[in-house]
Amino acid sequence: MTSDTPAGRRFRVFTRRRSAPSRARRRIGAAVRMLAALALAGGVYTAFAPGAFAEDDRQLSTAAQEGKALFDNSCITCHGRNAEGVEGRGPSLIGVGSASVEFQVGTGRMPMTRQEAQAEQKRPVFDETQTKQLGQYIQELGGGPEIPAGSLTKDVESDPEALSNGGELFRLNCSQCHGFGGAGGALSSGKFAPSLHDPTAEQIYGAMLTGPQNMPVFGDNELTPSEKQDIITYISLQLQEDTDPGGLFDLGGYGPSTEGLAIFVVGITLLVFAALWIAGKS
Amino acid sequence: MKRRKLDLAQVPANIGKGVDDRFQAATPLRGLLNKVFPDHWSFLLGEIALFSFVVLLLSGVFLTLFFDPSMREVAYDGPYTALRGTEMSAAYASSLHLSFEVRGGLFMRQMHHWAALLFMASIVIHMARVFFTGAFRKPREANWTIGVILFLLGFFAGFTGYSLPDDGLSGTGLRIASAIMLSIPVIGTWLSAAVFGGEYPGELIIGRFYIAHVLLIPGGLLALIAAHLGIVFKQKHTQWPGPMRTNDNVVGERMFPRYALKQGGFFMAVFGTIALMAGLFQINPIWLFGPYRAAEVSSASQPDWYVMFMDGLVRLMPAWQIDIPIGDGYVIPPLFWPAVVGLGALFTLPMLYPSMEARRLKDHKSHHILQRPRDAPERTGVGAMAFTFFMVATISGANDVIADKFHISLNAMTWAGRIGLILLPPLAYYISVRICLGLQQHDREVLAHGVETGIIRRLPNGKFEEVHQPLGPVDDHGHPLPLDYAGWVVPKKMNRLGALAPAVKGFFFPVEKPVEAPVSPAVPPVSGPGTREEITSGR
Repeated sequence: MTSDTPAGRRFRVFTRRRSAPSRARRRIGAAVRMLAALALAGGVYTAFAPGAFAEDDRQLSTAAQEGKALFDNSCITCHGRNAEGVEGRGPSLIGVGSASVEFQVGTGRMPMTRQEAQAEQKRPVFDETQTKQLGQYIQELGGGPEIPAGSLTKDVESDPEALSNGGELFRLNCSQCHGFGGAGGALSSGKFAPSLHDPTAEQIYGAMLTGPQNMPVFGDNELTPSEKQDIITYISLQLQEDTDPGGLFDLGGYGPSTEGLAIFVVGITLLVFAALWIAGKS
Repeated sequence: MKRRKLDLAQVPANIGKGVDDRFQAATPLRGLLNKVFPDHWSFLLGEIALFSFVVLLLSGVFLTLFFDPSMREVAYDGPYTALRGTEMSAAYASSLHLSFEVRGGLFMRQMHHWAALLFMASIVIHMARVFFTGAFRKPREANWTIGVILFLLGFFAGFTGYSLPDDGLSGTGLRIASAIMLSIPVIGTWLSAAVFGGEYPGELIIGRFYIAHVLLIPGGLLALIAAHLGIVFKQKHTQWPGPMRTNDNVVGERMFPRYALKQGGFFMAVFGTIALMAGLFQINPIWLFGPYRAAEVSSASQPDWYVMFMDGLVRLMPAWQIDIPIGDGYVIPPLFWPAVVGLGALFTLPMLYPSMEARRLKDHKSHHILQRPRDAPERTGVGAMAFTFFMVATISGANDVIADKFHISLNAMTWAGRIGLILLPPLAYYISVRICLGLQQHDREVLAHGVETGIIRRLPNGKFEEVHQPLGPVDDHGHPLPLDYAGWVVPKKMNRLGALAPAVKGFFFPVEKPVEAPVSPAVPPVSGPGTREEITSGR
């Protein structure tokens, strides 16, 4: 016992002033208080938490049911029943949202060809409607980010700041991996940042919102929807449309490495032939 | 008084006489214009460097008229909307102004940059020609050394120029340069602080690099190029061995008019090629890199190709850091070895090579006749080894772009570079020495036995025998007398000897129609009677 401590002594003094209840009463009282606390906690939990079998009795919309059928055919092997994921094969899709599905399926990255460092972009397996249905299913299953409706680019005529702001944000957030010209770049161990010359505005928005493969998530707290639209405006106007000055060929936008190749393949080759020709005239 | 008629034909002679009366120019000028230069296409490679240097000077002067080497912060308000309102240095803003507003400015900038790449590329190609043909031997060792220094100066000229626009790529390059300076033990910190005027990046570096780029380095280049050419002029150009060519003469064309005309034409070809590339191919789109911010580094940020070998060596270096526990402790970072020691060695070794070779071969004579690469297998092997090392390092400098575009793991590229850097050069040495020896042997074989005619003769005893065309006289039995190797191309085909029609000449279409091969009268005509009866079973 801690009866020697000053605190213990004070406690005793305090209890001794009142008439001490019997040992049995103290025990019963404690048990009742315990029960009441448990009931309260449990009650609050049941009142606020979703039920364990909530999704079973929720009605899926027609589109989502179509999506579920597609899911059960093509995705369930890796992502598991009810998209709960399969250990060692594929992650749970609860809460990834339709934005993620529309990006991954819409660019052909999912279904994956094989397990490797990164899913390659390929011809989509599902058409646009099927992709929407799959997205709808995952959305109704666990919620998550969605690609907003409406235009995802800004009109530079009415909002002249958007382009330069987008460029600034692009260089700060995107160019480390995708490169200054959006040509893509290598990451470690076979992973890579893909080229940005082809994707649509929706795909770029979806990628920023959900962070597919090895890309970090740029949620609405990191980049507001308006900033995302600025970036997409910059990518689509500056990097995708070939309005870049400086000649017919931009050599891929890979920087000095292709320029070095060009000086040998074009410049030196032309001039060595010129030298052969001139020296041969005698 | 009768008016004297002007004789137009006499005017140049009169002017020339007038000039000579005053300046006594005729005698030295006659010597100069009659100076003989040997002619071979490979002797024109160095001229590419000379002519692209002229283009560099001309286009560079144009650029200085518009460039503002200042790091003062300004807000861009030019026509390039994607940067409008962005804070940037005046240097970057003036580069954008030069690119987008000055008439022909972007073309001139691209011409300057392509000419710089071509300058360095032709230096390397010219150096390879000089090395593999032994043109660096006594008495030309000093000129070889000047050539190596010219490459080094070009390297720094290129790097300072790369840094001037003050875009994202420039700043990233400067950051690496600062890191390399910092990696030097003991003096590193002071060196970097002295160059940048304090902490990187400071506010001085663009102004300092500007004066280095437009005055100091070009001045050095100009002086060394003059010395380089002067020494070639004094020592006379080397020549390939051939008829009438000895170690004591020069056989070729007079400087005037033929050689001068050819050089003038080749200058136009170089100028045209640079202009063509500047017009067709975009180079260094500074507007995409944006103004330099320390936090922004684009992927595929590479130096220009002639610095890429150093970048590659840095990428391949394992992270071996040496801690020296003296006082507060010193650190030699891994960067020091490839970037400082490696760079130093890669420039010192070539400078010393001529004396190393002369010492090893105990060869202290003067050489004015070139050697074919096959006739000096070890030198060719060393050259192939150096070239392979340079190639592996350069490719590793772009290994991220290659890994991404060819779908190879970047880690695999790095390890391939590390292993290749050690294994491939000796392999290249071995293979090239073997090839040289094989080619030598084939030359000797043709000299001893003659050229293969492609005719197989059957002897009365049934034995088959290939007929060779001897290159020289034969002895009483018809066997060729062995000929000495003259150090030059040995004819190996019958049409080289005039025994068959000459090979078809022309790049795309034959210049002359090939003569039909002579047919032996003993061979019956191939075409038979015009009509033939059908062979049937007779029923």
